[in-house]
Amino acid sequence: MRQFSYSRPTALSDAWDDFEHARYLAGGTNLVDLMKSDVERPNHVIDLNSLPLNKVEELPDGRLRLGALVTNADTAAHPLVTERYPLLASAILAGASPQIRNRATNGGNLNQRTRCHYFYDPDMACNKRSPGTGCSAKGGRNRIMAILGTSEACIATFPSDMCVALAALNATVTLAGSQGERSVAFRDYHRLPGDQPWQDNILLPGEIVTSIDLPALSFGPHYTYLKIRDRLSFAFAIVSVAVGLQMESDVIQKAHIALGGVGTKPWCVPEAEALLEGKTPSLSLFRDTAECLLRGAVTDRDNAAKLRLAPRVIMRALSQAADGTPQSQTYKSIS
Amino acid sequence: MTDLSVARPCRLEINGKSYVADLPPCVTLLDLLRERLDLTGTKKGCDHGQCGACTVLVDGKRVKSCLIFAVSIPDAKVITIEGLGSEGHLHPMQQAFIDRDAFQCGYCTPGQIMSAIALLEEGHTQSREEIREFMSGNLCRCGAYNGIIDAIEQVIAQQQKNRTGEAA
Repeated sequence: MRQFSYSRPTALSDAWDDFEHARYLAGGTNLVDLMKSDVERPNHVIDLNSLPLNKVEELPDGRLRLGALVTNADTAAHPLVTERYPLLASAILAGASPQIRNRATNGGNLNQRTRCHYFYDPDMACNKRSPGTGCSAKGGRNRIMAILGTSEACIATFPSDMCVALAALNATVTLAGSQGERSVAFRDYHRLPGDQPWQDNILLPGEIVTSIDLPALSFGPHYTYLKIRDRLSFAFAIVSVAVGLQMESDVIQKAHIALGGVGTKPWCVPEAEALLEGKTPSLSLFRDTAECLLRGAVTDRDNAAKLRLAPRVIMRALSQAADGTPQSQTYKSIS
Repeated sequence: MTDLSVARPCRLEINGKSYVADLPPCVTLLDLLRERLDLTGTKKGCDHGQCGACTVLVDGKRVKSCLIFAVSIPDAKVITIEGLGSEGHLHPMQQAFIDRDAFQCGYCTPGQIMSAIALLEEGHTQSREEIREFMSGNLCRCGAYNGIIDAIEQVIAQQQKNRTGEAA
């Protein structure tokens, strides 16, 4: 690993600007790996772990605030999360491994980089890692790559499970930097690659995520996180679906849906969610919803299977949510 | 200009002993244990957080020591495989791995055992499926998975028996 200097401030400072190429460190489960792979080459690491961002708190308006430095494991096990947001707990437990979740933080989960093989190999062309070099994934071995939100410059998938649930839940992200604080809708936090795929999100230089706020809403048992992958545990999604339905008797009042594994960011289509509202669950309705969610999908050499698999996973997830039988992340058979 | 090789203070408690030194910030907890402290029981498998061979406990939580800069966990209490049991007395999980033939080559075993001990603390042990899922961060190239789960179940059974004994 390349040498770097290290600091650990107790308050957010403008240390960022003092270095040619600084990186923030939280849990390190992605950054340290990227540094070992020579993909990230910071000359200075600013360790955020002494900042007071490690609480889960109820806000006066009923929302739940997840501190950026709370670990994924502690978030998934927090009583207020398991009670009110089992969809989020389920998605977190579907990702990574217990050891990773014990270190990885909520803020870090948002800011993790793609697991595109070409991004991880400094000898390959990659616009996300080395702007202007081209995209080796297009026309390459791209079975795991995205089919939605891609561009000529990049087809890398955003890898998080947690973020798929946060997108479905319509969370809000709070950011802080030298310009002060601001909040953005979670669905607007990640960027489409366009012609600047090296910018994964809207963070400004030096800015950090301070919290993720969850709106006060409840699906009862009408939720699921269904994740399909190459092996049953500790693998990234090929296709995943987070669904939460607000139902009254047999009628869907409001639908929350996001897709993982298929998009360059957590994938939401408000028109697809609107299709479900005021309707009674049925397979034909779910088929239309899947079609709407996947509209505009573009496949490449090896990933056309995702476009055949995704509608089935979406329809199954919608059925699970409507039936109130959420997918277990321990018992892997799919109802 | 910042000196990039500047060492930083590192203070840890490792297997009950205090460790204080100045370290380059790029030294991982795994490399500190193996290369500087001769605690080679903790293994380097993939060095990328995928295999679990480097699993240790930091403040009671199981983590992958290959993905942690040693300077970034000030005053943490670290337990490695060398910190289990005592001379002539294996930790029950170590004994269970022997009893249940839970390894072949043994390279993943220290990580498996550290992970299994944390698993019991976490309580994700309601069924073989749950144990399997919550041990998924530890890969075994020899495929001794059934023996590993048998070993964990043996320790759970012992603990339950001990508890029943105490109650009686």
